[in-house]
Amino acid sequence: MSGFDGGLLDEADETVRIRFVVNGRKIACEVAPRETLVDCLRDRLELTGTHAGCEMGACGACLVQLDGRAVHSCLIFAVQADGAKIDTIEGLTESGLLADLQAEFHRRNALQCGFCTPGMLVNAQELLSQVAEPSREDIRDALSGNYCRCTGYEAIVDAIDSVAKERMKARSEGGGAT
Amino acid sequence: MSAPLTSLDRPNSYIGRSVPRPNAKRLLAGRGRYVSDLRLPRMLHAAFLRSPHAHAKIVSINIDEARALEGVHLVATGADLAKICTPWTGTLDHFKGMTSAPQLPLPLDRVVWAGQAVVAVVAESRAIAEDALELIEVDYEDLPVVVDIDSAREAGGPLVNPGTANNTCFRSQLDNGTVDDAFAHAAHVVEEEFTFGRHTAVTLEPRAIVAEYDPSAGMLTVHHGTQTPYQFQDLYSRHYGIPEARVRVIATDIGGSFGMKLHVYHEDMAVVGLSILLGRPVKYLADRMESFVSDIHARDHRVRARMALDAKGEILAMDVVDLTAIGAFSTYPRTSVVEGNQVIRLIGAPYRFRNYRATLEVIFQNKVQTSQYRAVGHPIACAVTERLVDMAASKVGLDPFVIRAQNVIADDAYPQTSPTGYRFEALSHQACLKRLHEIMDYGSLRAEQADLRKRGVYRGIGIAAFVEITNPSPAFYGVGGARISSQDGAIVSLTPSGEVRCLISVTEQGQGTEAIISQIVADQLGLAQERVKVITGDTEVTPHGGATWACRGAGIGGETALQATRALKRNILEIAALILQEQPSALDIVDGEVVDAATRKQRLPIFEIARIAYFRSDTLPPGTQAQLTVSHHFAPQGYPFAFTNGIQGCSLEVDVETGLIKLLKHFIVEDCGRVINPMLVDEQLRGGIVQGLGAALFEECRYSETGQLMNGSLADYLVPMPMEMPDIVIAHVETPTADTELGAKGVGEAGTAAASASVLNAVNDALAPFDATISSIPITPAKVLKALKRF
Ligand code: FES
Ligand code: FES
Repeated sequence: MSGFDGGLLDEADETVRIRFVVNGRKIACEVAPRETLVDCLRDRLELTGTHAGCEMGACGACLVQLDGRAVHSCLIFAVQADGAKIDTIEGLTESGLLADLQAEFHRRNALQCGFCTPGMLVNAQELLSQVAEPSREDIRDALSGNYCRCTGYEAIVDAIDSVAKERMKARSEGGGAT
Repeated sequence: MSAPLTSLDRPNSYIGRSVPRPNAKRLLAGRGRYVSDLRLPRMLHAAFLRSPHAHAKIVSINIDEARALEGVHLVATGADLAKICTPWTGTLDHFKGMTSAPQLPLPLDRVVWAGQAVVAVVAESRAIAEDALELIEVDYEDLPVVVDIDSAREAGGPLVNPGTANNTCFRSQLDNGTVDDAFAHAAHVVEEEFTFGRHTAVTLEPRAIVAEYDPSAGMLTVHHGTQTPYQFQDLYSRHYGIPEARVRVIATDIGGSFGMKLHVYHEDMAVVGLSILLGRPVKYLADRMESFVSDIHARDHRVRARMALDAKGEILAMDVVDLTAIGAFSTYPRTSVVEGNQVIRLIGAPYRFRNYRATLEVIFQNKVQTSQYRAVGHPIACAVTERLVDMAASKVGLDPFVIRAQNVIADDAYPQTSPTGYRFEALSHQACLKRLHEIMDYGSLRAEQADLRKRGVYRGIGIAAFVEITNPSPAFYGVGGARISSQDGAIVSLTPSGEVRCLISVTEQGQGTEAIISQIVADQLGLAQERVKVITGDTEVTPHGGATWACRGAGIGGETALQATRALKRNILEIAALILQEQPSALDIVDGEVVDAATRKQRLPIFEIARIAYFRSDTLPPGTQAQLTVSHHFAPQGYPFAFTNGIQGCSLEVDVETGLIKLLKHFIVEDCGRVINPMLVDEQLRGGIVQGLGAALFEECRYSETGQLMNGSLADYLVPMPMEMPDIVIAHVETPTADTELGAKGVGEAGTAAASASVLNAVNDALAPFDATISSIPITPAKVLKALKRF
């Protein structure tokens, strides 16, 4: 931090340099130690597809993938993501990983205001990557950290259910690889 | 244009079709543009210091240290903003005798609820603004707190507004027929006292606003997460003295609203003032804790009600007293008495009886304001009525379906006027009741219930009929002096390349307004839906209108679009007729082609008409002026409201050891008139039902004796989550309104209206073997155990 008169700066100005791979691109940035990952993604990197609904791990709107697993970006500080691979709804859309889920959500109108949707999609992907053939009960259970005020959930459950079946079918047709 | 609207077999017949929402794809890709995402050049951030006291005098405020913090641009108190903002009062003329104290963005000398914003800080970042809040010192002197309804009504007790006679905001009475006589001669009387907890909207995106005042242009632009941009354009203009044409309100994507985001909030008004003081964009985003203490709450009613019946179970009369506590002010500009007013007017609505008396008392207390949230008053009116009907049924010895079938207004007996003064055009209670019986497979459900009861499993079945208010005319707000429009406007143009653009005053909050408007336009013009672009939510580009609330988007907005499109079509065909040397009446438009009306033979694509009209007007007959843009307004006439109706059913299981309730399945039969998009209608119903189920079982803003909100976070305030919610079976009856060509009524609140009532009835049904009853919502496990005398 050379070049500044240290006297002008206080604790709040201190930043830490972090490097991570966000949506496939290497990124280095200076963050305040108290900055959460969701704030860093939204404010600094302008990845506003990740939303904040509670900032305390209760609503699931802020889910992103960290090293391939769903995490609440409101519960980790940006500095904790140093060295990690982060994928947000923007990157996951571009890579096509969620394309079948997105199409099915669209077809069944499994969203209204869309504020919960990116988190729902990340969590749906997480579930389907862990459980090949979830029951409706499993799906409702897995989504129980994702709050949606608009839809009543049923269309979301239906959409995930049908994508799970489609993916199963595709896998068995593809030679039963798991 | 005489083709029947419901025919789905002709091309471009979109009305009645489940087409997906075109703009949902953006949201699925994380490309939504919510106000909380917005960042403007030179934008600053506001944060608010809030009162820790429910009622206190502000003795002094010291902002010196906060002001000195690096990065802080402005620290403003009530006095600073009072210099530029005129006060507002949440009363309406047609609520005779109602009172409410004038309000300012920030208080001058007294705080009236815990969580009220007191001082505003504007800084380079939200974090700096919040740091500065910690440097502000406010000296308070506690005043006596008014928390519960009873102490608020005590003579000589503490007052929310010192100097006033009492804590009454409004009183109203209805008295029709001969109520005392009916009760005196009744064979049966059932009576109950009901309580309904406070709950709140909990939109997933909290309130968000970015205000930008440009002093050089004298222009205010407000990006506002709201349902009603025109209402706010008017308010910002009048309270800050800026000409209306220089105030622009833009409502882009919004993360849920449900009525909550159409009220004036102190912080929002303050942010506009802060941006005027600074001449820079100022952003404020409520965090979740702030939402809980500053968003409007709803309900908070205590209703004492009784019902008189004859020996055969015919309802003779109802007598009701509704007490409701609304916080320290009545909200602006829609007031906080509409809910109570709708409670006493909707009670008993499905039924035939003529003798009705009701008293409404609206009371101030030291809590955040209550006001209109999805299904205003309906869940209360419905729960009171339907629980009494069930109590009567068991007293007379009738099945819940039978007593309702016996008492509902017959489908062929309309029009009717209710004893509370509502005029019903045409409702379908009998048809809905019959259909619900079928889709519930009622007989088997009852058999299964009896079977399980023998094994110590307690299932309950509850049904609840409802009437919903939609498509309000000026009778709702306009007559009371509120500048809230009941009409809508649309501007429809044929673009030079033959597409259609529709700018319309109704707004989108995810319910699919833009989708259904494009369906109606495409259907009425004769064009593929992809070739219609709908634009909403910007006062600078769309005509003035009421926007979206009280389920008016489809009914009023849809009719506006329909009439505007028909006018555009006439204009297009006039030009086509000149070009083709035909009579306009001999032509029609199908799939973007002008055709012979009789033979459907293609004559000319409409893009050719557009090309000629815009670029080669010299080839048209002299004197021709093509009008390929039409602006059109529609104000509802005829009935003051388009009432809808329906009935819900609930199947659940009560664990009598733990008091936990498991919802097994929910059913609804709904009649919203003409259905424009069945998939979107069903989504409205499901979403609405789940909000109602949340209210029924979980949601309550709990306060301490000192007026502190005890559960103001998403970890403590329980909202319905996927695991607890049932699948919902839906059926429709369609009784279009004859007041419009389209025939659509509203649907957004029907789900919420009767969900808690059907749960209440089902829980009481499950507890029947124990002689235990419940009359309080939310129905928590503790209340169940208490009713069972196990707690
Ligand atoms: S914002 Fe992270 S869980 Fe709600
Ligand atoms: S679609 Fe609005 S919160 Fe889920």
